Amino acid sequence: MTKRVIYKGAEAEICLARYMGHEVVQKRRIRKSYRIKNIDSRLISYRTKEEAKLMSQARLYGVSIPIIYDVDLENGIITMEYLRGKRVKDILNNLSEEERKRICKKIGESIARFHNNDIIHGDITTSNMILLDDRIHFIDFGLGEKSGEIETKGVDLHVLMEAIESTHSKYSNCFKYVLDGYKKELKGDANKVIKKIDEIVKRGRYR
Amino acid sequence: MICLGIEGTAHTISVGVVKEVKKKCRVLSNVIKIYRPKQGGIHPREAANHHAEFVAELIRESTNKANIDFNDIDLISFSKGPGLGPCLRTAATAARALSLTLNKPIMGVNHCVAHLEIGRGTIDNCKDPVLLYTSGANTQVIAFAEGRYRVFGETLDIGIGNCLDKFGRTVGLDFPCGPKIEELAKNGKNYLELPYSIKGMDIAFSGLLTAAEQYYNCGKKLEDICYSIQETTFAALTEVTERAMAHTEKYEVLLGGGVAANKRLQDMVNTMASERGARFFVPSKDLCVDNGAMIAWLGVLMYNSGIRMDIGESTIDQRFRTDMVDVSWRD
Repeated sequence: MTKRVIYKGAEAEICLARYMGHEVVQKRRIRKSYRIKNIDSRLISYRTKEEAKLMSQARLYGVSIPIIYDVDLENGIITMEYLRGKRVKDILNNLSEEERKRICKKIGESIARFHNNDIIHGDITTSNMILLDDRIHFIDFGLGEKSGEIETKGVDLHVLMEAIESTHSKYSNCFKYVLDGYKKELKGDANKVIKKIDEIVKRGRYR
Repeated sequence: MICLGIEGTAHTISVGVVKEVKKKCRVLSNVIKIYRPKQGGIHPREAANHHAEFVAELIRESTNKANIDFNDIDLISFSKGPGLGPCLRTAATAARALSLTLNKPIMGVNHCVAHLEIGRGTIDNCKDPVLLYTSGANTQVIAFAEGRYRVFGETLDIGIGNCLDKFGRTVGLDFPCGPKIEELAKNGKNYLELPYSIKGMDIAFSGLLTAAEQYYNCGKKLEDICYSIQETTFAALTEVTERAMAHTEKYEVLLGGGVAANKRLQDMVNTMASERGARFFVPSKDLCVDNGAMIAWLGVLMYNSGIRMDIGESTIDQRFRTDMVDVSWRD
């Protein structure tokens, strides 16, 4: 099977490959020779399983996620649909104010949908969102977890807030629009989560 | 410029003398004395008493070894924090006394930042590293970003050294337990599964500690437990360090802190670095552990960047965080 690496992170590489005649994306977790085999295999298969589980659950709850074709626990490979869309990170700054507002609200609505079901993404940034067919697709649940706590949901949104401040600093009202969408879609009191974000900012470990 | 630095954040009282030569740090002397409790962990007051007893002697010894006169000293620096209050106060008091007697300027510095700067100051080619700082109390991954040393990951509960010491005490090893655990681990063969706890870039050890103690209580071989503790905790430390390197796009990694003396930890981080095409650095052992030379060197950097502190400002701060320091000496 031919593969072409399109991104290499600390933990995994993202490849383009072919699978049963389709062009697909594979997330391949990298074996680390600094750790013993036992730990390496345990971490790789556990994390692959958890990520695939979170992705398929989020999809079930109406969030756009690439379709998973195959999960190989032994080798730590998730084979999934190749989305021929655009990264939100690359397009957001070039939209009209009205369009940007619309996209940001959609982002907030999607986040609320997985938060409604206690799914935490763990790394919500605009690099991890792909716009395709006017839908926001979320990728990379590698740092995700299941949690019903307001704290974890607040942290999840706080990551996005910081990402917007650094990558889309001229359009800082983006995050406000995201929260508008979030409030609209979240079951339960969205203001509790939003208050939590303020608290996290004030705790301010990183600034 | 010649600076005398006094370190006293925890169990170590140390005095070092450094000289700045072409923007690099030359260590003229670095004398270290460690308080070793007869039983249990560090008692802050006992440790402070120990420091008070020896600090004057160490100051004399450090200038003798450096072969300098008190008049040659241009600056007195001390560990402002973070650390145990009584210990910090003892070191700071000695520094103030020296500063007033010799009529030389004083500088309180951040202990964690000093661990990073001594690497940059003494090792060639170590310019912009990610620091994995592992000691008894502290476990942090630190790197320079936007004017500050930022903490990209750290322990959520206890420091790695503390984890090793606590386990060691349970099984009857003497303080410091790290080196003994390292020796025992060499004869460990079987890996016993232990919790591997990473949350984002942060890390936790308390669950692992409990699990390791349970293995001991149910009669597992001590060598195997030590081996498993090292393999699990060090793998987690290496992983968060690698994440920070990927995130900050830095290609140097530096070790610091007492646990950095562990060969297995050095091996793992070195392997990780070479697979990333990054460079690996570890200072000599006396510059890894808590030491006065690193305090002196950070004092030099701060003073040269124009920072001044009068006696009234030379307070201590037990919770002095790494990212509270405005790093005016770097671009």
